[in-house]
Amino acid sequence: MKQTSHQFAANVARALAEPTLKIALDRTTTLLRTRRAKVIDEFAEYAQARDTAEKIKDHTLDNLGHYLRQFEENALASGARVYWAETPADARKIVTDICKSENAKTATRVKSMLGEEIGIAEALTDAGVERIETDLAEHIIQLAGDPPSHIVMPAMHKTQEQVAELFAQKHKEPSTEQDVTSLVGSARRELRSKFMNADISISGANFLIAETGSFVTVTNEGNAELTTTPPNTHIVTVGIEKMVPSLKHAAVFLRLLSRAAIGTEITQYTTFFNGPKRAGDRDGPENLHIVLVDNHRSDMLSDFLRPMLRCIRCGACMNHCPVYAAVGGHAYGAVYPGPMGSVLTPAMTGMKGTKDLPNACTLNGRCKEVCPVNIPLPDMLRSLRARQFEQDMPSGMSKWGLRAWAMLATRPALYRLGTAASNMALRMMARGRGKITSVPLAGGWTRTRDLPQPEAGTFMQQYKNGRR
Amino acid sequence: MDIARDHAPRVGFFVTCIVDAMRPNIGFASLKLLKDAGCDVAVPATQTCCGQPAYNSGDDSTTRALAKQVIEAFEEYDYLVVPSGSCASMIRSHYAELFADMPDWQARQQAVSAKTWEILSFLTDVMHYTPQAAYQGIATYHDSCSGLRDLGVHDQPRALLSKVAGLSMVPLDGNNECCGFGGTFCVKYPELSTAIVTDKTTKIKATEADTLLGGDMGCLMNMAGKLSREGSQMRVFHTIEVLAGMADGPGICAPALK
Repeated sequence: MKQTSHQFAANVARALAEPTLKIALDRTTTLLRTRRAKVIDEFAEYAQARDTAEKIKDHTLDNLGHYLRQFEENALASGARVYWAETPADARKIVTDICKSENAKTATRVKSMLGEEIGIAEALTDAGVERIETDLAEHIIQLAGDPPSHIVMPAMHKTQEQVAELFAQKHKEPSTEQDVTSLVGSARRELRSKFMNADISISGANFLIAETGSFVTVTNEGNAELTTTPPNTHIVTVGIEKMVPSLKHAAVFLRLLSRAAIGTEITQYTTFFNGPKRAGDRDGPENLHIVLVDNHRSDMLSDFLRPMLRCIRCGACMNHCPVYAAVGGHAYGAVYPGPMGSVLTPAMTGMKGTKDLPNACTLNGRCKEVCPVNIPLPDMLRSLRARQFEQDMPSGMSKWGLRAWAMLATRPALYRLGTAASNMALRMMARGRGKITSVPLAGGWTRTRDLPQPEAGTFMQQYKNGRR
Repeated sequence: MDIARDHAPRVGFFVTCIVDAMRPNIGFASLKLLKDAGCDVAVPATQTCCGQPAYNSGDDSTTRALAKQVIEAFEEYDYLVVPSGSCASMIRSHYAELFADMPDWQARQQAVSAKTWEILSFLTDVMHYTPQAAYQGIATYHDSCSGLRDLGVHDQPRALLSKVAGLSMVPLDGNNECCGFGGTFCVKYPELSTAIVTDKTTKIKATEADTLLGGDMGCLMNMAGKLSREGSQMRVFHTIEVLAGMADGPGICAPALK
């Protein structure tokens, strides 16, 4: 997708002007918040599991080189081929080269944010391979020509009514009914034969298991299994931070992921893949290619952004973010939206052009509170602001405002004069009405909100004058 | 932190920049309650701001200068008490990062951070104070984010308010969700801030409450400002004003009594 984070303000304005977006977001985020709260409440060992998960990830990241080598060795022994991609371009080339060598015309795809991150969709198009998205929500946005707006529910920005309309236009045998079951039936009729006849399947992975060289996918639709079984070749593109040492460690995350993401104890389908089809297997791909992608993850390892590599892509942070709930994922203009995206996007695509992302956050801390691996998202967003400040990125108005304020605030006597003057000025503007409806230079506030009329005299003035 | 002492606890009161400039009543209500609770209260004259606007803007050197000013002004007291969860959390939870590489300042910072309290939790957890006040109304409560999540301020205001004669409380849906104030956020992103506070006022107006209470003037000013613009008659006060029996004047954004 084309990144538009640099025009964040325009993206926000567009999102706020779109009336059905808020309906779609409210429906889903409310449901997800309620369901998550219930299932976490019922999970007696939640705090312990979260703590353990954090420790497992930190240990794995501390020894990532070791576990990556172990994974490669075991994956090769299982019969898979393993590739290392430092950049998205490297990863795309590996994938399209495999497609070419297989003479593939069609590829079925299992939803994967890593795939979005490296630009698989565009690469397949350029290579002349027809891409078939098999996740229902990905199918919806492929038909609509939209980028994903959420990392777990990529079509969160669409209402059920809009999906029904889209299917009616685009499907060969659309359903006449608009209920969810009928819509799913319509997608099934459209996609089933494509599942069976694809030349290549492409998936991501939720976890890599070092001790076995296997990888794990979790879905609720079973599309990962149905996608990756019929074609002769299966390509997996996955970030190196998805590593866990062993199967028992993966189990800790499986207990957290689905609860945090959608408020269920486990996903409908959890599949451990290990190597290609073996002698005696009835089905499965002959060729299994695993592409391990870095894309600045190694840089993050040695940076204050390191805890971000614990992320298991559950989406709980965005489901609980007030900014995300107001404007949805597209406003962020990047592959990863919401709080986790506001950390990842600058890390992966650079500080320039992503200036708004760490700033467009109230630092309310809810994302950190609901994160199943305890990533200090607000602290990291704040640190990114400090990095911006060091690089002299804040723009004119806010920088000069801050300097003027800092000059006063570090000189208490002068500060008293300043606050007394502003107290008097605001009182004059209020003219005894108790509120101020318009303040010069504070139009952002007073366009939509009143400002209270201050009391006569600041606290410090009144205190100095003897009030107690 | 309940210490045996041979004198009344000496409290340095930190008024906060917003209360100082906009609503001194919260400051004087705080002084009254702290005295009622048995504290010896002083207001250091060199205080200005805790540094949070600079900190949240990424300006660490200005933040450090302001943090030093706070440390110097308050280190002589037994406690630093502040009528805001946000400013308390700044001093208590975030100052440490600023002095990580400055051993001479680190010890002083740690001492001040450790004795910093948000006022509602201080009155409850340290002073075990029971208010004696009356307020006629039905109130709902917004939990401001920093106090709630950084300092665990949740039960304390409710316990204190349960002692206020004539006051009944009703729950607020989304009481733990941000109001959209966010300090510098509402200045930099007014449209986003407005969208978020609109959700909040919708939920506030859906309660049976005639009064909105909270513990942070910034958030209260944001919600009161929006409610006022929407023509709501909701009375908005800082919890401290109600507890001190000083909520008899106009609420935030309400017209002055004639």
